[in-house]
Order: sequence, then structure tokens, then C-alpha cells
Amino acid sequence: MSQLIWNGLFVGSFYALVALGYSMVYGIIKLLNFAHGDLYMLGAFSGFAMLGAMGGLVRSSSLVALFVVLILTMVATGLSGVVIERVAYRPLRGAPRLSLLITAVGASFALEYGTRIVAGPNPKVYQVRLDGTALHVLGALITWQQLALMAVSIVLMVALNLLITRTRQGRAMRAIAQDPKACLLMGIDVDKVISRTFFIGSALAGAAGVMAGGYYGKIDFLMGFIIGLKAFTAAVIGGIGNIPGTMLGGLLLGLLESFGTHFVGGQWRDVFAFAFLILFLTVRPTGLLGERVTERV
Amino acid sequence: MSDTVQDPPVKPVKGRGPTFVTRFLESRHLGWAGLAIGLLAPFVIATPYAMDVMTSAVVFVMLAVGLNIVVGYCGLLDLGYAAFFAVGAYTSGVLSTELKIPLLATVPAVIVVTVLAGVIIGGPTLRLRSDYLAIVTLGFGEIIRITANNLSITGGPSGIYGIPGLFGDATSSQVVFYYAVLLIVAVAVLLAARLGRSRLGRAWRFVREDEDAAEAMGINTYKVKLAAYIAGAVWGGLAGVLFAAQLSAISPASFTFLQSALVLMAVVLGGMGSTPGVVLGAIVISLLPEVLRGLADYRFFAFGVLLIIVMIARPQGLWPHRSRER
Repeated sequence: MSQLIWNGLFVGSFYALVALGYSMVYGIIKLLNFAHGDLYMLGAFSGFAMLGAMGGLVRSSSLVALFVVLILTMVATGLSGVVIERVAYRPLRGAPRLSLLITAVGASFALEYGTRIVAGPNPKVYQVRLDGTALHVLGALITWQQLALMAVSIVLMVALNLLITRTRQGRAMRAIAQDPKACLLMGIDVDKVISRTFFIGSALAGAAGVMAGGYYGKIDFLMGFIIGLKAFTAAVIGGIGNIPGTMLGGLLLGLLESFGTHFVGGQWRDVFAFAFLILFLTVRPTGLLGERVTERV
Repeated sequence: MSDTVQDPPVKPVKGRGPTFVTRFLESRHLGWAGLAIGLLAPFVIATPYAMDVMTSAVVFVMLAVGLNIVVGYCGLLDLGYAAFFAVGAYTSGVLSTELKIPLLATVPAVIVVTVLAGVIIGGPTLRLRSDYLAIVTLGFGEIIRITANNLSITGGPSGIYGIPGLFGDATSSQVVFYYAVLLIVAVAVLLAARLGRSRLGRAWRFVREDEDAAEAMGINTYKVKLAAYIAGAVWGGLAGVLFAAQLSAISPASFTFLQSALVLMAVVLGGMGSTPGVVLGAIVISLLPEVLRGLADYRFFAFGVLLIIVMIARPQGLWPHRSRER
């Protein structure tokens, strides 16, 4: 029982990290960035490339190496996110919603199959594998590495929340979410803020990608597809556009999946998650915390 | 003073009028010309391989025309269109192999099941913002594929095989089958185009252009969108029947997101809402891999980039719809 809860929380923290980027971008420019899951994949692959380049250092101290790679990858995927926004989404601001969605699908395709051209179609095995001694806490098996990864996710999420609620930058983001035109009149550089939002969201997805690579050990160019869908589900459950809600949604989805897998069977895990998405959209489309419009980002 | 101010004489602005190319592209006989090309194609080349490719292309046209109702006419993005294709193929496949009846006899059941699937997915989500529909359909596509993979009645990962032909005879010649498919699809294309010009079709376009205005003019936008979604579902399901008849075996691997994305690509590239454009787009997309075998790795990457470029540079597609109702 406590093992199920722990597994759920652990997987859920990954979902939450990816979902935050979805939620932020949606909150600000009302765009479903289908390429978001692929930025997670890109993070995993760029981490793979960096670990390969570091060579011997990786073997001596894997956790430290992974941490350095994590930071570098966040910068790399963040910049990729900014480039995608600049090339694919900015020219279409103000265009019909359908064009934007189709462009997002195109961006997702280009990222997936671009990675396939560069890295090859076969799955890659991560150089660093995080499996260590397990602790017994209340009957659940918990490894130190899981704890470390979860701590990193929590630190990132808390930092994001502080950024959004306490800084000028965050205030500008919240203002744009409410009224981009008025922001322009008040002297906010809307394009720049949107760029930064993409940077932050993509960096978080990249971080999740590296951590997933290190934890599961295997990456492939389509790994972002399912996680993107799951992250969206998490964002909808929590209330899309709402940061604390999205974190909650991620953890909740992780728990739901963990229990669902236990009782229904592993092969139905994804069906279970998407069925919840449809159920939530039917019953409560604003999500659990969706009503607090003032806190939207 | 006022009598000295004269309005400048209004000069009638004379356009150049439709050029020859425009008139040709909008000709009413274009459909017949297309059908004639389809009918004559086997006289040019009739190797088994070529017949197979051409039959697939025609089935793909049916899919694209069905998706065009949803995306092109009504402006709803459906990213899980392969799900309806799968529902149709599996319904007819399971019924015909279990009950030992020809595929054509399963068509009523297929229509009922696809309409139900359309209502189940469209019902709750069409009330929400249109982008939710996109992601829900994406999830629905995965649900159907995984379900087909897990259930035993659908044959699991290996699927169903030994599906009888359209008329119950698995041994009918490829050419006969091609002509049967061509005629069915031609009727389906004609029906979809007529539907697009009907009262309902005008309502779809209105909803696509401005949903609030449509609502204000007394259109029940929810019902109209649901109608488009269900029509798309039925077209997709019937295309699935043809697909099952062609291959006589179906497996979950045929109904991935890639399939949905390719159909969407055909619709967007050809011109959303334009029947000739979509038909041409579908033929190009389905024949392209046969022509460019060596570039398979770059194909999907190029598709992705092309989607972005088309949306930025020419969102109406290569062969756009021109309204006759001006």
C-alpha cells in the first residue's frame, strides 16, 4: 500500500514537472504546445549526448555528473523552446486557433523525426543508471536516488512558484495571462516575456527528460508522445493555467496510475489515465483548482 | 459652398475576371475528370503491386475526405482520426470472421458503432474550447489502439486475419476490388462535397469562422459540431471496412498516431474545406513514400516542417476552397 503511494508520488513528480511547462504556456498565450512532450525527449537525448562527451568523469561520480548535465540540459532545451516559439508560433500570433494547433503538431513531428535522423531509430541506453540501495520506510522500498530526483523536482517547482508569485518577471507573466493588449500599453515587452515563459517551461521538461533517462535507463525518440499526453492530463486534472493546481494534478495522476495499475493491470495503464482525462473534462473541465482565476499564469 | 463639393465619380473597379486556370480549377466537371483518371489507371499499369498501391491511395482519399468534414468544414482539430478507422475496421473484421458473413453486411453495424464512438468522444468535449478536443481525440486514438492490443476478441497485438472480401469471396481479383473501392469512395466524396454545400454545411463553415456569431444567428453550435464529428466518424469507419477488405488482416500497428497525422497532413496540405484539394492531397501523401523510398527517414521530418511552413505561408492550402456564395 505505502509502496503504491510512494511509486505514485515519484512518477507523479515527473508528470508535474512536464505539466508545468504545458500549463504555463497555455495560461499565457492559450496555446496547447504539442511539442512540449518532445522537449522532454530532447532533454533526455541532449543529456545522453553530454554524458557521452564527458566520458570518464561519469563513471567516477555519476550523481554529480548527472547534476551538471541536468543544468546544462535545462539551458539547452530552454533555448530550443525559445527557438520553436520564435520560428513556429510567433508568426501565427493572432491567427485562428486551428492554424496554431496544426503548427504545434508540425513542430512536434519535426522534433521527433529530426531526433530520429540525428540519433537513429533505436533506443539508447543511458550511461548513468540510478539504482542504489533501498531504504524501508513504512513498508515501502525507497532508493536514495529516487529521493534525490524527487528533491530536485520539488526544488524546481518551489523555485518556479517563487518566480511567478514574487518577482517582476512573474508579475509580467500573470499580467499577460489576463490581458496581453493592456500589457503592451503598460510597457511590458510581451514577446520577450513569452519567450522567457517558453524557456522556463522547456527547461523544466528537459530536466524531467534527463532524470527519466537516468532513472529508467532507456530513451527513444517517441518517448515524449505519451508523457506529453499524460502531462496534459495532469494539467487538466489540476486546472490548466494554475501552477499549484498543475503540481497537484501531476501527483494525483501518478497516484491514480499507480493504484490503477495495481488493480486493473499494467497493460491498461495508459487507457486508465486517458479515460480519467475524458472523465475530468466532462465532469469538471476547470480542474480541481481551476477557479482561482487570480492566480493564473 | 456645399454645391461646389462634388463627389468624385465612382469608377467601377474592373477585376481581370477569373483566369483560365481558375476557371479550370473550379470547373464542375473536375470530379468526373478525376473519376475518369481513376477508372483508366488500371489500363495504364495493372501489376499487383501497382493495384495495391492505388487501392490504398483510394482508401486514403476516403479517410481524408472524412477528416475534411471535421477539420476543414467545421474547424475542429481531430488528432485521433485513426481511432474511427480502427473502430470501423475492427467492427467489420470481428463480425465477419465470427459470424462468417461478407464485409458489406457488416456496414450497418459499423455505422451504428462509429456513430456511438463519435457521440461518446464528441459529446462531452465539444462543449469545451476547441483545443481540448484536439488533445482528447489524441488520447482517444491511443485508448482505441491499446484496447485493441489488449483484448482477446480483437486478436491482441497480432490482430485479426482471414477477413473475407467485400462480397464474401476472398479470391476476387484485385482489379475488380479496385473498381469496387473506387466507386464506393467516389460516392463518398460526392456525398461529403454535397454535405458541405448543404444547409448543414453552411452552418459548419459559419461555426468555423465565428462561433459566437453563429450562435447569435440561432445556430445550435453544439449540435452542429457534433453532427460534423459524427459524420467524420462514419466516413472514417467506412474507410476502415475498405481497409479490412483490402488487407484481409488488421492489427493495432496500423492505427497509430502517425496514421492520424498523415491524414491531417493530406487535409491541411490540400486545402482545408476544399474537396478537390483534399483528394489531391491524399493521393500525393499516399503515393509519395512509393516514389521516395530512399528518403523514408527524412519523410516525416519534412512533413513536420511542411506543416509549419504551410500554416505560416499559405494557411488555406495548395488548392483552397473558393466559396460560390458571394
